[in-house]
Amino acid sequence: MPRIVQKKRKTINTIVAWSIGLLIFFPVLWTVLTSFKTEGQAINDPPLFLFFDWTLENYSIVQERSDYMKFLWNSIIVAGGSTILGILIAIPAAWSMAFVPTKRTKDILLWMLSTKMLPAVGVLYPIYIGFIKLGLLDSRFGLVIVLMLINLPIIIWMLYTYFREIPEEILEAARMDGAALWKEIVYVLTPMAIPGIASTILLNLILAWNESFWTLNLTAAKAATLTAFIASYSSPEGLFFAKLSAASTMAIAPILILGWFSQKQLVRGLTFGAVK
Amino acid sequence: MNNHLNTRSIARLMMAPAVILLLGWMLIPLTTTLYFSFKKYLPLRGGDLGWIGFDNYTRFITSSAFWPSIYATLIVVGSVLIITVMLGTLLAILLDQPMWGQGIVRILVIAPFFVMPTVSGLVWKNMFMDPINGLLAHLWRFFGLQPLEWLSHFSLGSIVMIVSWQWLPFATLIILTAIQSLDRDQIEAAEMDGANPIKRFGYIILPHLYRAITIVILIQTIFLLSIFAEIFVTTAGAFGTKTLTYLIFQRVLESQNVGLGSAGGVYAIILANIVAIFLMRVVGKSLDSKKN
Repeated sequence: MPRIVQKKRKTINTIVAWSIGLLIFFPVLWTVLTSFKTEGQAINDPPLFLFFDWTLENYSIVQERSDYMKFLWNSIIVAGGSTILGILIAIPAAWSMAFVPTKRTKDILLWMLSTKMLPAVGVLYPIYIGFIKLGLLDSRFGLVIVLMLINLPIIIWMLYTYFREIPEEILEAARMDGAALWKEIVYVLTPMAIPGIASTILLNLILAWNESFWTLNLTAAKAATLTAFIASYSSPEGLFFAKLSAASTMAIAPILILGWFSQKQLVRGLTFGAVK
Repeated sequence: MNNHLNTRSIARLMMAPAVILLLGWMLIPLTTTLYFSFKKYLPLRGGDLGWIGFDNYTRFITSSAFWPSIYATLIVVGSVLIITVMLGTLLAILLDQPMWGQGIVRILVIAPFFVMPTVSGLVWKNMFMDPINGLLAHLWRFFGLQPLEWLSHFSLGSIVMIVSWQWLPFATLIILTAIQSLDRDQIEAAEMDGANPIKRFGYIILPHLYRAITIVILIQTIFLLSIFAEIFVTTAGAFGTKTLTYLIFQRVLESQNVGLGSAGGVYAIILANIVAIFLMRVVGKSLDSKKN
């Protein structure tokens, strides 16, 4: 009897959870489906779900008309560049705080976190005008620097929480054997921390890819990333739902896939190690 | 001993780049914003017109746009917090139950979090909320109702819907992680003792989730206070959706009243810091409680 009750409960759970899951996912699914319709089919009433003439023409139109590849490339450079740069600066900092802590380590960590709390709009003009003066406005390099700086606290925090889980005895053993510090970091610490470093990179790629305050305000035609490219669809001309969907699908697909791999790390990274 | 000292100074050296960069990133823009906030500065209409003391600060809060922007900010942040925390808790409890295809459901639920803000803003605005061709309009007509003009007549509600959709995964995922760290034996013991599901939830699960929910609220507040792209691509601040962030953006870049916008920026920084202090306390405690 209890087993039957359990099975019944499991069935109900499954039905309810799948319905809610599909409902939440629906806007994404609908966008992907619409990207394969013609503009006419995209606004058909009643809506067409699966039985329409599947077409790839929206994808080629988006690429031809707006040079999608350029924005994609900008996104890759900016997200990748800011992540690599951030990791290179963060690894030594996180190492020293995790393994050579001082009385002030906690304060420094919290202070770094506090820089992340600075509302971007509060410093919009100084950055904007500084960018103009330095000739960095609408440049990928400038954007790489800014995105690296806004995410640096998260990178350092994540690495710090991962490094702290590595038993110190192993590092000490390496030290006993007379390994130089840089050897200790490169040959002992880094290999053990690779899963942690990989998760940090993953989360940071997602954050940088989707960043849309600075990318909207600091870029124009040249360095615009996909977030800025999509924003250009806010002043539409004629029928454009299918094209918007194709552009959107291409912009979110890579990060959606990366994101699904990073569920666990997401929690740790975004709560600064407070929830694991 | 010598070696020890050596390690320490090297450690300090290795922290230096990160500390210096973040210090510069914080101090230079901050002092510049403070500097401009005490000036009448109109780059397109005369440039630097001298020091004016606290004029910008009083003008910013006495302008007719200020209180509506505070109202819009509070409605958006407050409603999204209530919706995401409540639904997130329920959803997390549901996802923790035994079921078939749990992993796939989880993937479906967290997807919106990875959708870039400009995409979710435009997809909702056009394909769902468009009063003629949007899916919701089709649905309304199907039931014989007059389709809603979502973003003009129900503007704040629409923004709340879009942003809640984006942030529900975050709340769910963090609360779910906390639930999964709950001691199973405790729940089973309570079940044996005859505690009904509501009592089990109120006396065991909810107290256990207290910290996770606090963190969700604090982190989301910080991010929600500065949402920008969702408004930029949907209403562009029209129909009462001008939040504090959006108002400052308009003052600084659209009307190029830098002094006034900078004063607003200082207000926004103060506001964010009030929230940040509470967040840092919670996070700071978790630093102490780890292995030492």
